[in-house]
Amino acid sequence: MPTLEQARGLGLTESEFGLICEKLEREPNEVELAVFSLLWSEHCAYKHSKKLLRELPTSGPRLALGPGENAGAVTISGGLVVAFKVESHNHPSAVEPFQGAATGVGGILRDIFAIGARPIAVLDSLRFGEPASSARSRYLLDHATGGIGHYGNSIGVPTVGGEVYFDGPYEQNCLVNAMAVGLAREDALIRSAATGVGNLVVLFGASTGRDGIGGASVLASAELDEADASKRPSVQVGDPFAEKKLLECSLELLDRGLLVALQDLGAAGLSSSSAEMASKGEVGLDLDVGRVPLREADMAPFEIMVSESQERMLCVVAPAQVDEVLALCSQWEVHGSTIGVVTDTRRLRVFEGDELVGDMPVEALVDDCPLYDLKGNIEKRPIYPRPPRVLTATDPREILLALLASPNIASRRPLFEQYDCIVQSRTVRRPEQADAAVLSLPDGSAIAVSIDGSGRRVACSPYTGTIEAVLECAANLACVGATPLGLTNCLNFGNPEKPGVAWQLEESVRGLSHACRGLDVPVVGGNVSLYNESGDGPIYPTPVVGMVGELKSAARAGRMGFSRAGDSVGFVGPFSPFMAASELAKLRGEELTLGLAPVDIPARRETIEAVRDAVRTAKLTSAHDVAEGGFLVAIAESCLAGGLGAVLDLGEVYEDELERILFGESPGAGFVVSGTADALERVSRRVPIDVFGTVGGDTLDVTSGAVRITATLDELREAHGALAVLFP
Amino acid sequence: MNFGVIRFPGSCDEVDAVLACERVPGASAQLLWHGDRDLHGVGAVVVPGGFSYGDYLRVGAIARFSPVMESVIEFSREGGLVLGICNGFQVLCEAGLLPGALLPNVELRFICRQVQLEVVQAEGPFTHDCAAGDTLSIPVKHTTGRYYAPPDVLQSLDAHGQIVLKYAHDGNPNGSSNDIAGVRSEAGNVFGLMPHPEHAVDELSGSTDGLKIFTSMAAHAHA
Repeated sequence: MPTLEQARGLGLTESEFGLICEKLEREPNEVELAVFSLLWSEHCAYKHSKKLLRELPTSGPRLALGPGENAGAVTISGGLVVAFKVESHNHPSAVEPFQGAATGVGGILRDIFAIGARPIAVLDSLRFGEPASSARSRYLLDHATGGIGHYGNSIGVPTVGGEVYFDGPYEQNCLVNAMAVGLAREDALIRSAATGVGNLVVLFGASTGRDGIGGASVLASAELDEADASKRPSVQVGDPFAEKKLLECSLELLDRGLLVALQDLGAAGLSSSSAEMASKGEVGLDLDVGRVPLREADMAPFEIMVSESQERMLCVVAPAQVDEVLALCSQWEVHGSTIGVVTDTRRLRVFEGDELVGDMPVEALVDDCPLYDLKGNIEKRPIYPRPPRVLTATDPREILLALLASPNIASRRPLFEQYDCIVQSRTVRRPEQADAAVLSLPDGSAIAVSIDGSGRRVACSPYTGTIEAVLECAANLACVGATPLGLTNCLNFGNPEKPGVAWQLEESVRGLSHACRGLDVPVVGGNVSLYNESGDGPIYPTPVVGMVGELKSAARAGRMGFSRAGDSVGFVGPFSPFMAASELAKLRGEELTLGLAPVDIPARRETIEAVRDAVRTAKLTSAHDVAEGGFLVAIAESCLAGGLGAVLDLGEVYEDELERILFGESPGAGFVVSGTADALERVSRRVPIDVFGTVGGDTLDVTSGAVRITATLDELREAHGALAVLFP
Repeated sequence: MNFGVIRFPGSCDEVDAVLACERVPGASAQLLWHGDRDLHGVGAVVVPGGFSYGDYLRVGAIARFSPVMESVIEFSREGGLVLGICNGFQVLCEAGLLPGALLPNVELRFICRQVQLEVVQAEGPFTHDCAAGDTLSIPVKHTTGRYYAPPDVLQSLDAHGQIVLKYAHDGNPNGSSNDIAGVRSEAGNVFGLMPHPEHAVDELSGSTDGLKIFTSMAAHAHA
């Protein structure tokens, strides 16, 4: 019998171990302890976040599938639904970036096809330390990018968007969040609840090996430390070819109506997938680990139950259809094996042949893990080190070029060119063509997707910073003319047992909730990643927000680039930017402020909707939201995206105000737009718009009183291309 | 006119190729399963992009031995039109239907980019709807797209008009010999290219230049 010491080694506390003994009415054996330790891990049970997440709005008229299923979904036109979810793979990626990122993509794709949707897009959200000063950060970036591309490209799902930022607190604990989007007929969605006593449980996909044992508990639910190289065996290895077959096989099984329930095997492998299917269906399952196809002989039953070998699915099938299911598995060259049966016992019983090796109440596994209240307390002293001062310039032209070259703003082209963004023939807006990716649908409409988050701003104010992230995501959608339908999020935070981090988490969820309610956008699902800390302290609190929106006409999707000489350039929005937490403040080595200026959500919503409608009615040639780097950087980005310069006159501005106006930030609050003078005038009837310039030429030329800033497109392009050196 | 598009396990762009073929007025398209030797009477064959059988060995090396490829080889010997796109090009080179080979890109990375192609050879069944010297805007996306052939073969390709497309305006993305983007067989009925014409058939995606390849094929295919 395992001891309390072993239970602690698996991440359980003494009282949790006691509770397990109580639920079992005896001490657990090796198999049971392994299964409990995983299902009761932070990663699977959301022990520190579940209570908090109840605050989030999770209903709405367009919701087709809410939190609790493998992925959430919203309805669109034509009887279709869009499924989507974002998930973290941070610690595996910090330990082995290529496979960590690759299997992050593989895992989130399985979540999508597990509900019966065909994956149609991937986006990713990445955070690393400073690339200029850290070889480790460059290595993580290069390999994580490679891993994402390797998996997405090979499986034939386009990577259409994403974001990457670099800040010191991610040096040891990088973030790799992947979002997948899928498309399905609403009537073809399948649930994961195992039902029908006597129905059979079929495991199909890759064989099971010793890879990824303990990933959820050992890696994902503890802080990183020095000895992480020794954790490499906890990282799984991805095989996109195996998943491609698994994907096609799964969708064909569903198409033929052969399945009662479907579930992917992710964290905690067979243990969590089987327990969750049984829990949702209010049934029991008898599994025979002896029938699981193995990669290596002599695996112990507990190893088979907890293995995180990738590219596997579990389904429930009526006995009459099992032969057809297995035949289709064999046509797609994936192993299919009947490994169990649905029972009425409400217990997960694990057999090895005839021998019972584990017997646990399903409810205890899934529902009885103790939930903890956070004990949040604002940390008054600075948690995060000052960034190094790398910019001393005060001349606005020099500042503009330095910002464009800053790793957080420079063109992401060297990264996204490593991803196939067009396979499946839906991509109407690719990276750097617009603020959100746009995918066309058969009836001529389209969906838009965006992912966003700013850890630095959330570190200043978890509440306001999170609201800003949601607004910025909605602003991105507005720039292509889309209305948000639903939101998914990945909450990346440090150790929630520390009061400062607990406070960040509470405040951030409160902000998320207020922003979603303010925009009437439901949260359809998400993921929480805690314990993102190393010896250097916690990461910036990083809620990453993914949004899906709809457009009536793919042909009218907006663009970010100035593309017609003679167009007027204008600025939309009640913009009052601040230097606090801006990119410029960071380059100047300034400490983070405590607090951000408050945000008026209804006012922001009005601006966002006005821009959206102007894009939809084709009034605007371009629309681009003002984000990192501020107003002048946004202008430069629109110049570069369209290959045209602009001449602007901002009028007389107090000299000490000019810097704030040009480079201050207030995410999601303002838009740079272009269009005919007449069109901008019509927009101004609904929302304030300052028109101050004209598109044309090959130079950006800005005048404000006596101050004049000029830079040629080539100069802007050269500065903006600064990331190329990271990918020699 | 009915196109057949081969589907290997690991093919990614086979449905895209079907959609592109179906944009040709009067044309239809169907998928052909890799394990099935029967080409079902199609008028032309497309070997699509992707990672056939995972391509864990040399790219295209396994697919070339598949049952369906035996029939495709026979089909080509009888003069049938065969188009290989990206992974399909690699497979056709491995099968010996086209000269040369595809090597890893000089920068050793996957690259997805819209490129400009110069039509070098406008006569024949694949580029008849273009004019020599035309520029086509079509995307590439591959890791193993550097066209290579020994100098004497390159010379002979040139002499026999087998170089169909070249990367234009110094925009060679992968280090291909002589900027070659697509070549055809000596008989002219087998054509392979690394760029993806099936991803340039819709105004919404930014270009319809790729459609010319499919309309040309439809006009020249048997039946």
